[in-house]
Amino acid sequence: MLTINQKRNLQGWALFAPAAFLLIAFTHYPTVATFFKSLFSNNSIIRPSRFTGFESYQNLLNDPIFWKVFTNNMWLALGTIPTSIGLAIVMALIVNKAIPGRSFLRIAYFTPTMLPMIAVANIWLFFYAPGIGLLDQIAEIFGIESHNWLGSTSTVLPAIMVMTVWKEAGFFMIFYLAGLQTISPELGEAAELEGSSRWNYFWRVQFPLLLPTTLFVLINAFLNSFKLVDHLFVLTKGGPDNASNLILYYIYETAFSFLDISYASALTVFLLFLLAITALAQFYFVDKRVHYR
Amino acid sequence: MKKQLRKVSLGVAAALGMALSSSLAWAATELNMYYPVAVGGPLTKVVDGMVSNFMAENPDIKVNAIYAGNYNDARIKALAALESGQPAQLSVMFSIDLNELRELDAIVPFDEVVSTDEERAWLKSFYPSLMENGTSVGKTWGIPFQRSTIVMYYNKDAFKAAGLDPESPPQSWNELVEKGKKLTKADGSQWGMMIPSTGYPYWMFGALAMQNGEVLMNGSGDTTYFNKPGVAQALNFWKDLGSKHKVMPEGTIEWGTLRKNFLEEKTAIMWHSTGNLTAVKKGAKFDFGVAMLPAGKRRGTPTGGGNFYIFKKASDNERAASLKLIRFMTDPERSASWSVATGYMGISPASYETDKLKSYVKEFPPAAVARDQLEFATAELATYQAGRIRKSLDDAIQATLIGSKTAEEALGEAQSTAEKILKSYR
Repeated sequence: MLTINQKRNLQGWALFAPAAFLLIAFTHYPTVATFFKSLFSNNSIIRPSRFTGFESYQNLLNDPIFWKVFTNNMWLALGTIPTSIGLAIVMALIVNKAIPGRSFLRIAYFTPTMLPMIAVANIWLFFYAPGIGLLDQIAEIFGIESHNWLGSTSTVLPAIMVMTVWKEAGFFMIFYLAGLQTISPELGEAAELEGSSRWNYFWRVQFPLLLPTTLFVLINAFLNSFKLVDHLFVLTKGGPDNASNLILYYIYETAFSFLDISYASALTVFLLFLLAITALAQFYFVDKRVHYR
Repeated sequence: MKKQLRKVSLGVAAALGMALSSSLAWAATELNMYYPVAVGGPLTKVVDGMVSNFMAENPDIKVNAIYAGNYNDARIKALAALESGQPAQLSVMFSIDLNELRELDAIVPFDEVVSTDEERAWLKSFYPSLMENGTSVGKTWGIPFQRSTIVMYYNKDAFKAAGLDPESPPQSWNELVEKGKKLTKADGSQWGMMIPSTGYPYWMFGALAMQNGEVLMNGSGDTTYFNKPGVAQALNFWKDLGSKHKVMPEGTIEWGTLRKNFLEEKTAIMWHSTGNLTAVKKGAKFDFGVAMLPAGKRRGTPTGGGNFYIFKKASDNERAASLKLIRFMTDPERSASWSVATGYMGISPASYETDKLKSYVKEFPPAAVARDQLEFATAELATYQAGRIRKSLDDAIQATLIGSKTAEEALGEAQSTAEKILKSYR
C-alpha cells in the first residue's frame, strides 16, 4: 500500500503530466533538437551531415545580413514599443470615460487587432503603393510628389513601424482599460476634492497603479516585435536589400528558401537566447519597481 | 486473456483487409499532387477541373490536387510532406528547384519512368527552351506545365495620347527610353514604364542581362557570371531608367501591385509574366498590346514557371499513374485550354496547332507573343543552393536600384558570395 504522502505525490505528478507532456513535446524537445541541429552540417546525398561544432555560430557573427536584420529588429522595437504603449494608454483613458458612443469607439480601436496580420499587410500594401496608393492619392491633392514608401531604404522600416503601431496599440489598450477599471473610483473623487489636476492625478495615481499592466504589455510588445513577421511576406519580403528584413523572417528564408537547416537552427538558438535574457532582465529589474496590490 | 487478444487482433486485421480491398476496388492508385499558383486569378478552379476530368477518364486513379500557395510554399509543403512520411507522388514546383530537389534525392528522372518508345518520343515533344530548366546531368527531371516568359504589356491609348504609333511598341533599348520619355507625364500621374524589382528581381534581370548579350550562369548551375562587365552594364541600364532617364519611378517597384498600376494607367508599359495575360485582358478598360521585350544587343528573356516532378518515394505503380496524369495535363488540347484560361504559354508546338489555340491566337494575337519570343529565350537562373544565390543577386539588384551601392560593387559582392557557395559543387 502507498502511504498518504506517496499517494499525494502520485496525484501531483498525474495532474502535472498532461501539461508536462505538452511542454516537453512542443517546447523543450524542439528547443534541444534545434540546438543539436545547429551543431551539425546539413544532410544531402552529395554531402552527408557531419559534426561541425560551433561553426554555424561563427558564421553567424561574420554574416553581414544577420547583423543587418538584428539592428533592424532593434530599431523596430525601439520605434514601436514606446509609441504603441503611449497610444494605448491615451486610447484607454478616452474610452474609460463615460462619453457617448463609447462602445463604438472601443470596437473601432480594437478592430486592427482582430484582423489577421496578412490581411492588414494587404490593406497597407495598397496604402503605401506609389501612385495608386491611398497615401499618394492624398498627397496628390496637396500637390506633394509621389513617394515610393516601401521601395526606398529610408522609409521602408518606418512605414512598417507605423503599421505595427496601428495594429498593436488597440491590443494593449484592452489591458490598460482593464487596468483602469480596477482602480477604485474613490481615488479619483478624493483627488478631485483635493483639487489635484487631471495631469497630476494621472502621473501620481493612475500611472503607478498601472505599472503591473505596463510590465506585462512591455514584455509582450518586445516579444511581438521579434515574433511578428507575417506582414513581410506580403509587403516587402525583407527588401529592398534587406532594409526591412527581420530576424524571424531571415530564419524562415534560411530554413525554407535556402534549405540551410543548420544555420537556421543557429539563428533560432540565438533568437531564443536573446528573448530569454530580455524576459529575465525585465522581470528582474522592472519587477522590483512595480507595485502590485 | 491471450486468446481474447488474438481474437481482437484478428478482427482488426480482417477489418483492415476489408477496408483496403474495398478501397482497392474503388481506386487502385491514389496520388497526392501539390501545385502552386504564382499569379492572380482563379487558377485553382482550372486545375481542379482538369484533374476531375482526368479522374472521370481514369476511374482507377484517384488524384488529390492540393493547392499549396506560391512556388516557395509549394516546395516547402511537398518536401515537408515527404519528410513526415505523408504520401506525395508528384508535384508542380518551380522549374528552377531542380538542382536542390536532386541534391535532396527527392525526385526521379523521367527517363526512368517512361518505358515505351512512344513515351520517350513524348519527352521530346516540348519546346526545347522550356526543357532547359528541366534537364540536368543528361536526364529529364521536369516536364513543363505552367510556363511563361516575360513580355511587355503596353497601353495603346496612352501611346496615342502621347502621339506615338500604338502599333509599334519599342523594339530596342533606345526606343524604350525615347518612347518612355514621351509617355512619362511631368506631374507624375503617368510613368513611361515599370519593371518590377521585388518578388523575382533576378528573373527580370535575366532578361536585361541576356539583352545585353550575357547569361547569369553556366548550364550545369555551378558557376555564376554576376561580375562580368556586360552584366553590370545591364543593371546600370535598369537603374538609369529611373535615375537618369526618369521614365520609371526610382527605388524598387512592387511585383504584387504592378498589374494594378498598369490597369489604373499609372504606367504605360510594364514588364511582367505572360501568366498575367488573361487577368490583364479581363481588367483593362483601355486598349492594350503585348510585345516581345525590346532588344539591347539582342532580344532576350528567361523562361519561367513551374514543372511537373515525380518523387522518388512513389512506388512503380504510382509512378506509372503519375506519368499518366502528367501526360494528360500536358497534352496539346489541355495545354491549349490552360493557355487560354491563364495566359501561360502552350508548352509544345502541337498545342499551338490545336483548333482551340489557333482560333484564340487569331482573335487575340497577344496570346502568341510568348511563344514567338521562345526563340530568344534562355533558362531561368537555377544553380545549386539556388535560394541563397538568388537572394544574393536580388539583394545586389535592389541595392543598386535604391542607390546604396554601385552596380559593379553590388554584383561583385553577389558573385563572391555565389563563388563561396558553389565552389564545392564543381
